[in-house]
Amino acid sequence: MASVKPRVKVPKSASAGEVITIKTLISHPMESGQRKDGDGNPIPRQIINTFTCEFNGQTVFSCDIEPAVSANPYLEFTAKVGEAGTFKFTWVDDDGSVYTEEKEIALN
Amino acid sequence: MKHQYLVTAAAIAMGCALSATAFAGGPVDEQLVIDGEIEMTTRTESVEGHPLDEVISGWHYRTKETRALEADTFENPAMLYVEEGQDIWNTVEGTEGKSCATCHGDASESMAGIGAHYPKWDADSGRPINIELQINKCREENMGAEPYAFDKGGQKPLTAFIKHQSLGQPVSLDLAEGEMQSWWEKGEELYYTRTGQLNLSCATCHENYNGYYIRADHLSQGNANGFPTYRLKQASLVSIHNRFRGCIRDTRAEFPAAFSDELMALEVYVTWRGTGLSVETPAVRQ
Repeated sequence: MASVKPRVKVPKSASAGEVITIKTLISHPMESGQRKDGDGNPIPRQIINTFTCEFNGQTVFSCDIEPAVSANPYLEFTAKVGEAGTFKFTWVDDDGSVYTEEKEIALN
Repeated sequence: MKHQYLVTAAAIAMGCALSATAFAGGPVDEQLVIDGEIEMTTRTESVEGHPLDEVISGWHYRTKETRALEADTFENPAMLYVEEGQDIWNTVEGTEGKSCATCHGDASESMAGIGAHYPKWDADSGRPINIELQINKCREENMGAEPYAFDKGGQKPLTAFIKHQSLGQPVSLDLAEGEMQSWWEKGEELYYTRTGQLNLSCATCHENYNGYYIRADHLSQGNANGFPTYRLKQASLVSIHNRFRGCIRDTRAEFPAAFSDELMALEVYVTWRGTGLSVETPAVRQ
């Protein structure tokens, strides 16, 4: 993949207390650090190492990601929605880059 | 002794289980709806002159997990390539300072339905061309850019992006155009010609034995409506000519070059066999 690009799928609205499914995907090579290039030199590790999802500032889901996770990591999880607000998603790269995405959700 | 007996019994039981599942290789009776919106035609009555009564998309032959991947564009891993194709569409390249979008504008309008009718007759070269070759023609003649080598550069993502604009449209070829009919005939001949040390033709597997197992996998009818296709085995987008070459290689035959007359004829014929099926690009297969 040429560029790192986060993608998120969140329902546009939910009823109060509903458990919704959130799907996230980020295009990323997830270079494990275990491979060597054609000349035998190690290819340095570069992965997304942390993922966080916050809802109105409160963490609802987070995880560390390890080198064994394959390219373009896909994460799916559920969250209970009590109020309207904003989901904020954060991916942290080994090189220090931080990729973020936000999605609004309304109450039915 | 008793232990050995048990092992034998278990082996027999396992053998039974295996032969039982072997009958479950046929097409599943389900409907493919993409994102809960686009109802796809994945089974349809075949066109006149087709040897089978019904044409069936390869989607029906896959496991439920693989089928689910294709039904949701968010989970479909090939959509990343489609997005890459969209970026290429808008990227200026070549001496003329043009991108695809310079002339063709919004692909969702200009390319809607286009991919369902390729390969098409190309009067300039006097042979049928597919989307890949049409892109190269445009790059050379209008953009002043280098044509893509087979499966290289932006060829696969851009082809997938263009064909994806026809998602859900029925495949149909115009065989009356130019000499398409004679290429169709050549393709048909190739389809039924046994090749390689294994002495297999396309028809051996895809016409006579679709629904059966080949090693641990189900054979489909081998329709072309989902190409470029995401193959989980390769974890990548696979072009139709790559797939043709892989299939021919597996018969242990020498395989023709991509875009050669042989494979273009085969693409015309195989695409025609899937007439009426929805374009599924990018499909997801095993």
